[in-house]
Amino acid sequence: MNWAGLYTVLSGVNRHSTAIGRIWLSVIFIFRIMVLVVAAESVWGDEKSAFPCNTQQPPGCNSVCYDHFFPISHIRLWALQLILVTTPALLVAMHVAYQQHQEKKLLVLTGHGDPKHMEEVKKHKMRISGSLWWTYVCSVVFRLLFEAVFMYIFYMLYPGYQMVRLVKCEAYPCPNTVDCFISRPTEKTIFTVFMLVTSSICIVLNMAELVYLVVRACARRGQHNSNPSSGKGSFYGHKLSSEYKQNEINLLTEQDGSLKDMLRRNPGLQEKGDRCSAC
Amino acid sequence: MDWGNLQTVLGGVNKHSTSIGKVWLTVLFIFRVMILVVAAERVWGDEQQDFVCNTLQPGCRNVCYDHFFPMSHIRLWALQLIFVSTPALLVAMHVAYRRHEKKRRFRNGEKIDIEELKNEKMHIRGPLWWTYTSSIFFRLVFEAVFMYVFYYMYDGYQMPRLMKCEAWPCPNVVDCFVSRPTEKTTFTIFMLAASGICMMLNLAELCYLVIKVCMKGARKTT
Repeated sequence: MNWAGLYTVLSGVNRHSTAIGRIWLSVIFIFRIMVLVVAAESVWGDEKSAFPCNTQQPPGCNSVCYDHFFPISHIRLWALQLILVTTPALLVAMHVAYQQHQEKKLLVLTGHGDPKHMEEVKKHKMRISGSLWWTYVCSVVFRLLFEAVFMYIFYMLYPGYQMVRLVKCEAYPCPNTVDCFISRPTEKTIFTVFMLVTSSICIVLNMAELVYLVVRACARRGQHNSNPSSGKGSFYGHKLSSEYKQNEINLLTEQDGSLKDMLRRNPGLQEKGDRCSAC
Repeated sequence: MDWGNLQTVLGGVNKHSTSIGKVWLTVLFIFRVMILVVAAERVWGDEQQDFVCNTLQPGCRNVCYDHFFPMSHIRLWALQLIFVSTPALLVAMHVAYRRHEKKRRFRNGEKIDIEELKNEKMHIRGPLWWTYTSSIFFRLVFEAVFMYVFYYMYDGYQMPRLMKCEAWPCPNVVDCFVSRPTEKTTFTIFMLAASGICMMLNLAELCYLVIKVCMKGARKTT
């Protein structure tokens, strides 16, 4: 499993996350993925080969009992959980890439298409506002959902999160009831509890991030209502002057006559257009 | 994802550490992580397969192995190394935050050279001093906790050749034999010594930072 590839993709998202988002990413990579790869995989490595049953019934009883008690191995469940939990961050990465593409197009249209400006678009950090805010919030909600679903699945498959030493198996072709012994149950329980705790920490971080984003958006809306002239636009809306904005609008209206009419009819529309929907 | 990535992350922190901190990082990576990966994992590789018990009772071997090795040395060391290296990330985050603040001031008009900012070494003072000192303190605590856990789990640091097991379903008392006990004892003592050296380096660094601050304070008042 190429976790390094996932790490490369997600490190890019890191730049456009909140501080809590970055902490969440560090916890995911250091305390979950690294522990999974470095330690847990070797603990579960021999789970099937070292699962002896007290029977001479060849060889089906052993396999059937193993399959009955371990429909899906902990390791695979955790790997799936980590992949699904980290994937919503890619939505944010895609949205950021789309916004950067739009900014670059705008720069080219207004004659600022030199390599220096293009590099700056790539490097500057996107503010989490407007549609990006909604994408980011959705990604956090999905992360929470996936974490909760997997914790529930774990609990359903392996009640109590504890690994017992002995399991009694009655599945065909085992004769009557057969004792089967699990390899390294204590070590497995320790790692299960560890992964459970880190999963809970991640859930708490995600909830904190959600609350932070909502509170920040409400605070901004409050500020905006008391000071409507502070418009929000892209990074270049701030950096270059209102002259630039006027140029941009002139350019767009040249291309689309109907837009000119709309602007003539609603002079306040020009400023409203900058405002984000969720702030 | 492996120890290499951890090394990359921590290598960045190296730039803002004291000299003792740099020595500590070197000891950590060469004498602990590298030894763990290159040697110790091979020695413990067959620990369960070659754990033989003098019985035909199925399940007895598994149960005895679980009874005497609730958690393998290798996993304990891996967890110890992960926990001990993590506080350094606090320092890395604080440094990144300071740089971000400086860049913001640059954007607001102050004249700061961006390139120089990237390569600049942060001086350990003010809030960064507290972050750095806390990180050293946490490292010490984690090292001590893991050494205690080791001692408690394995009754000392020596690996015996023979263990007598009475757990169910083993009939009466069963003799079980550990594979490569001498080699395991050697590596355990080696990792213990490296851990001890790291603790001493952390203590020395803590003292150095505290003395430096006290001397600065004394110079200011005179």
